[in-house]
Amino acid sequence: MSRFKRKGKGGTPAISTASLPDIVFMLLFFFMVTTTMREVTLLVKNTKPFATEIQKLERKSLVAYLYAGSPKNRLQGQYGSQPKLQLNDSFADVTQIAQWVETEKEAINEAERPLMTVSIKADRDTKMGLISDIKQELRKAQALKINYSVRPGEIFSDQK
Amino acid sequence: MARREAPEINAGSMADIAFLLLIFFLVTTTMDVDKGISRKLPPIIEDEQEKPPPIKEKNVFVVLLNSQDGLFVEDDYMDIDDLREAAKEFIDNFGKDPLSSDNPNKAVISLQNDRGTSYEMFIAVQNELTAAYNELRDEEAMRVHGVLYSELAKDDKKEIQSKYPMKISEAEPVSLGG
Repeated sequence: MSRFKRKGKGGTPAISTASLPDIVFMLLFFFMVTTTMREVTLLVKNTKPFATEIQKLERKSLVAYLYAGSPKNRLQGQYGSQPKLQLNDSFADVTQIAQWVETEKEAINEAERPLMTVSIKADRDTKMGLISDIKQELRKAQALKINYSVRPGEIFSDQK
Repeated sequence: MARREAPEINAGSMADIAFLLLIFFLVTTTMDVDKGISRKLPPIIEDEQEKPPPIKEKNVFVVLLNSQDGLFVEDDYMDIDDLREAAKEFIDNFGKDPLSSDNPNKAVISLQNDRGTSYEMFIAVQNELTAAYNELRDEEAMRVHGVLYSELAKDDKKEIQSKYPMKISEAEPVSLGG
């Protein structure tokens, strides 16, 4: 009878959690490596259009980003709903692009400055008027390599 | 005095600390991969005399986008789904059709848009035109080397590129109306 009274010893042993920190650390390092902290706070809506023929931007250090789109809903009372250009952390006028390109170029070491790419992250509802103005300003500022930022996918894929 | 052994530090809370960090990175992570359509803008020509030589009209494929996102190719309305094929035919004409391009090296696609065209439509058209070139390059690579263009070595890629140079001109903005 005594064998039924035995406690503890007979049951399934507790699973060792000693390796749990290792697993968590592994995940932690994965996210630490893949993470890219957003440098700017987006003030504009930014739903990028879809495209299939995409190229990946190599060398992040050589890329400067500018954003275009209508201001986010909570900012529309202050800035209106017309699409605007955002440079760094604030709204800007297209005429400020030349100055901005200069500052961005300063941050890149001299030998690689001609390789600078400007990535245009525009909302899909933006009108081409603004984009054309931006392109003209970029031409004036001698920043000729551009990249229209898109999401991978068939064109108009969420509307058909 | 008797020496006491230093007590072992309890590592049980290590997992908690790691979890805390993990959650922080999970929340802040955006995984923002930068992909897009690359283009090179033409430099501004200030000197009138340095204007590029004129191009024969038959070598220019005019793509027009009006303010209602209507697509017009060589003055005719066209659906976006047909644009890729039309562009391919134009580039790869090699003088077959006397009204179309002489050869891919001379063919230029001129993309004009109105100030009221939507960015989404513009990107869609850019995408189709790029796709036309990419498909032609793929076909040529398949014919010469038996592999897709993207799998070629750098030198072979250059060779194909020189056969089918991507000439898409984004004209200066005009107000086309309509």
